[in-house]
Amino acid sequence: MQENDSNSRRNFLDKGLKIGLLAAVGGAAAKALGPENKETSVGEETIELMSTDGTLIQVPMSEVMEVPSLKDENYNVRKGYPNLKFVMVVDLARCKNAKQCQSACNKSHYITGDDAWLKIYKMQESESTAPYWQPTLCQHCDKPPCVKVCPVDATFKRQDGLVLIDADRCIGCRFCMAACPYSTRVFNWAEPKQGEMSEITMDMEHLHYSPDYAGMPSQKGTVDKCDFCPHMVDKGELPHCVSACPNGVFFFGDAYEDTVTNGDETFRLSKLLKDKAGYRLMESLGTEPSVYYLPPSNRLVDFEEGMTNYDEFKSVDKSDE
Amino acid sequence: MNAYDSLIKDLAPKKFGKTGKLWVGFLLLIIFGALACYVIQLRTGLIITDMRDYALWGIYISNFVFFVAISLVGSLITAILRLSGAKWSTPLTRIAEIIAVAAIIMAGLTIIIDMGRPERLFNLFIHGRLQSPIIWDVVVITTYLVISILLLYYPLLPDFAILKRHFNNNPKMQKWYGKLSLKWTGTITQQKLKNKSIRILSIMIIPVAFGIHTVTAWLFATTYRPGWDSSNFGPYFIAGAFVAGAGGVITVMYILRRAYHLEAYITAKHFDKMGKLLVLLCLIYLYFNINEYLVPAYKNTVEESAHLQGLFVGQYAPLFWLVIVGGLILPIIVLVFPKGRKPIPVFIVGLIVVIGAWWKRYLIVTPTLLHPFLPIQGVPESWHHYFPSLMEWIITFGTLASALLIITLLVRYLPVIPIHETAMEQGILDADKTTKQ
Repeated sequence: MQENDSNSRRNFLDKGLKIGLLAAVGGAAAKALGPENKETSVGEETIELMSTDGTLIQVPMSEVMEVPSLKDENYNVRKGYPNLKFVMVVDLARCKNAKQCQSACNKSHYITGDDAWLKIYKMQESESTAPYWQPTLCQHCDKPPCVKVCPVDATFKRQDGLVLIDADRCIGCRFCMAACPYSTRVFNWAEPKQGEMSEITMDMEHLHYSPDYAGMPSQKGTVDKCDFCPHMVDKGELPHCVSACPNGVFFFGDAYEDTVTNGDETFRLSKLLKDKAGYRLMESLGTEPSVYYLPPSNRLVDFEEGMTNYDEFKSVDKSDE
Repeated sequence: MNAYDSLIKDLAPKKFGKTGKLWVGFLLLIIFGALACYVIQLRTGLIITDMRDYALWGIYISNFVFFVAISLVGSLITAILRLSGAKWSTPLTRIAEIIAVAAIIMAGLTIIIDMGRPERLFNLFIHGRLQSPIIWDVVVITTYLVISILLLYYPLLPDFAILKRHFNNNPKMQKWYGKLSLKWTGTITQQKLKNKSIRILSIMIIPVAFGIHTVTAWLFATTYRPGWDSSNFGPYFIAGAFVAGAGGVITVMYILRRAYHLEAYITAKHFDKMGKLLVLLCLIYLYFNINEYLVPAYKNTVEESAHLQGLFVGQYAPLFWLVIVGGLILPIIVLVFPKGRKPIPVFIVGLIVVIGAWWKRYLIVTPTLLHPFLPIQGVPESWHHYFPSLMEWIITFGTLASALLIITLLVRYLPVIPIHETAMEQGILDADKTTKQ
């Protein structure tokens, strides 16, 4: 029985999300992947994709189609996708505070406050150790202290690992913000000045407010935070921060599938964490985050370069106003 | 006029004099100012406060904790002292219950002021999750409010009957007191029922009182933050609450004694006893304070030391030491001497204790929030600090004025000294035609 379950999960993933993620750059994915698909008629255009076991294969374009939405009729925004477990790996050795992740996030979620949902902290453990840049977003903890304290079940944990907020239900008590040790939650102290853009986008995409697209729209007097972009995953694309990063710092994927990708490179999650000694923030608190960090050793980028971008007092660019 | 009639004359509620009217007008002025500010807050959001994403709670919350703390005095004076057989506290029971009811009502309203979405208050009942300490608080505060009102009301029944008779030339008052007395005639059955109810309530209110303030402490202690992450927090809050409440009773009893010339009922002996009680409570609270600050200071972890340095020598140091010395050390030193327990010094110390208790809660809530685990970066410079904005102050003063107004109005219409109980203790109840002996 269990085997059946895991088989069907594997099939689902093979056909759905996995390919979606891997083919995110092309925005398209193959209907099916297997040895039989390798036989292609001569002259037909092919596309290179990575299979689940990590080998590159050629797939004819005719076999490639739009990924259907992951959401089926059973989709429940409070339950999330079955048999998926979202996970992120942040490679600190690659981060030089380019801040593209932050501006992409701010833009896509129409963040208009003074506190971004994704912040790049200038960190230094002690004077004798090297400083480094640490992109920090909601850690989507498996034991989320914010969810524990919410009096009205406005913030909730889904089976796919996401911690989301129902802004229609939030009473604005801010207990979750006090409880979060990572300071990733922000409050809409005033009426968010998101302007017409959020509404136009909502109209174009026929969206209604849903907790799985945070900031669409934001509401005065409620708490906001990073949602791990399930609305992008649903389209077979990567979260905004992941695809915006010029240095490939962010890897996103599925823990069950044991795979993460930054769009260019794909790794086995377990191997990556073992090889690079991955860790999670404040592990001792027992919050069990879904975001892993790779230590800033053997750095591919220069820390000092990031200083030109560093602004201690600003994380949301409001120059458009 | 016999002793009993003059007792009633002394203790029956009186119309406001000029000072009383001015006082009510003054309170109403503050309350209307606060209401105006609150309307602005409802329209524009909590942006009108100085709270931001790091200092995410401010004086609304510390003021809420203060109200909860003050309200505990009801259980201290009426329940603990009553059950322990301390007869001297009889004249103070009603004052204590009035303060408790006013404070707990305002605690409930103050927490709503802090909400970003007060119109969704009913989500607490529709979607309430028992895992959240806020729901525990909602449950115990409501329970405490009900018990406190009953504990104020039941001992009033014979007094209402007495007042109904007393105001025989004022049909309106007579009608109201008559209705409120629930047809009290003083039969043995009624007496038994009343006494039994009061005894049950007095016992019930003690765990509930401990509950409200322990849960309020847990709103903080259930988080990871240095300064809040403490297993000492429940008893620490309760000890502090008794200090604050005793200070509150002393302050109010002194003012009422002066305003209504109750020197014969609230005597120097009561100030002496309350002074002694306050010393005891301060010593207990001092003990918990030492626990709360010394142990983390000894370990001196990076997070704790950042927090404690801010209090001991940093930006909060002047306020911190004023509160510790004024609200804790000074009362012990002054009140330990018989000369310090005269009405005027006790009153002054009591007032300082109340003000100190208010600021103490500010120091518990605010500094911790400004020392998060990750550095404060990427937010405007002003977000690194917190001091209440003007409108925040006005709204907060509005809540304090509302509490005082509730007390004032209750004092206007209720006998602040229990008439029936006092008469019984003085052995002059025979003349009371409402009580069949």
